[in-house]
Amino acid sequence: MELSEHLFRHEAGRMVATLTRIFGTHNLALAEDVVQDAFCRAFEVWKLRGVPENPSAWLMATAKNRAIDALRRERTVRTFEPELSRLIQSEWTIPPAVEELFVAGAVQDDLLRMMFSCCHPRLTEDSQVALMLNILCGFSVDEVAGAFVSTHAAIEKRISRAKKVLAGSRKLFDVSAGSEFTLRLPAVQRALYLLFNEGYHGASPETAVRADLCHEAIRLTALLLQHPLGLNPTTYALSALLHLHAARLPARTDACGNLSSLFDQDRSQWDSSMLAEGQRLLDLSATGPDLTEYHVEAAIAWVHATAPSAEETDWKRIVSLYELLMTIRPSPVVALNRAIAIAQHEGPARGLEEIRAIADRDRLANYPFYFAALGEFEFRAGVYEIAQEQFRKALAVARNSMEREFLHKRITACEQAKALA
Amino acid sequence: MSEYVFLYRGGEAGRSPERVQQSMQKWMAWFKDLGAKGHIKDQGQPLERAGKLVKGKQKTVTDGPFAEAKDIVGGYTLIEARDLDQAVELSKGCPILEVDGGVEVRPVMKLTM
Repeated sequence: MELSEHLFRHEAGRMVATLTRIFGTHNLALAEDVVQDAFCRAFEVWKLRGVPENPSAWLMATAKNRAIDALRRERTVRTFEPELSRLIQSEWTIPPAVEELFVAGAVQDDLLRMMFSCCHPRLTEDSQVALMLNILCGFSVDEVAGAFVSTHAAIEKRISRAKKVLAGSRKLFDVSAGSEFTLRLPAVQRALYLLFNEGYHGASPETAVRADLCHEAIRLTALLLQHPLGLNPTTYALSALLHLHAARLPARTDACGNLSSLFDQDRSQWDSSMLAEGQRLLDLSATGPDLTEYHVEAAIAWVHATAPSAEETDWKRIVSLYELLMTIRPSPVVALNRAIAIAQHEGPARGLEEIRAIADRDRLANYPFYFAALGEFEFRAGVYEIAQEQFRKALAVARNSMEREFLHKRITACEQAKALA
Repeated sequence: MSEYVFLYRGGEAGRSPERVQQSMQKWMAWFKDLGAKGHIKDQGQPLERAGKLVKGKQKTVTDGPFAEAKDIVGGYTLIEARDLDQAVELSKGCPILEVDGGVEVRPVMKLTM
């Protein structure tokens, strides 16, 4: 048997979620220890005996046995929920009680329960995403820190604080309670969107890390679509958006690993099956009265995806979609993207005008692509000196070597253009 | 060809799921390579870290572990190699060496008539 990609990462999420349902969220650390134990055991056995026929079932069965051991050991020193406490009063009832709690039907929903639990209203969006990565996606603190380009200490603090909040709720979120589910659904959708964005636009210089985050977001969104209450037009729109963006991932860096802008990308490298899936999901999202930011962003991604080249893109339509997005979820980044689309459609002078009109553009002072856009418009207008200045400003706030490399190239281009002028 | 036993001592699985995955992949690749070259007589068995130790005329029974964690034998493999030098050379590819573990290479005694 071959080892499937990210097997341990994916199983970690499922196993921790199930054990946390059984032990209670205040015993999350115990659940994590049991999973770590089961992984150690799998490693010891599989490395010599090979990967078993059904690795997931093997791991879950091992986790079950380890859970029984843990309950035998901890039942007198820890507090469990009354329901479980009653079941484990006697040593002899522990195995059948655990057996019962592991039934397949219940396990199916555990990831979803954990996903909703991670989106606790008392947590900031950043903490929700970090918690999801750590618990549901099996990312270590270091791996989460890598994804957020933060330090181990900062992320550890963020995650352990978030886990305390989670512990306070004692039980995992109940996904069968319709009204509460619907109430928290938007926060879950938002966290998945942010998780994807961290991969797509985030600062990590590792292409592999970023692609991983995007695929995790798609995987978890698919889970949401499997639940009758999670499956709504907004989730379809979100999933469509993620697929349409992810389709462009293979072309976002060129052969040398350098960042490639939408204008220069080799569109033949776009993933056609992802695009087709995005299209299918987008069609499914077009029902009901709600028009969300995900619908609009998916529509924008769709216009790009169907254009044969940057020049032949329906920029007018993109401008109007960004205008619509500004009415639903206004932000300076959306306004900047609108200005870029206007520049494509009406020329660089109009683009510059629109950027200067962005009310809260001071909030973009740390966003390299703000200065890069200014530089690009000045360049196209033939004002190479100022263009170069803008690219230098972008360089000063660039977040990784990929961005810096990209901006160095633009600065050199300005230099060459000045010499020729 | 002679037979040798590789005894795997110590070594950690790794803390994060992705590390476990990577370590697993390395072990699988190592065994695949050894197997393809015809060096594996028996892939062996993993051993529990704990057990009992029975000792002396008194037959005193004590609980394991029997050594420091880093010295505990976690499993073994039966290898075929030309000579001890080759067996040692083969053991150098073992992924356990990357995680502070060790491989003890022991020739199986030959029955000489």
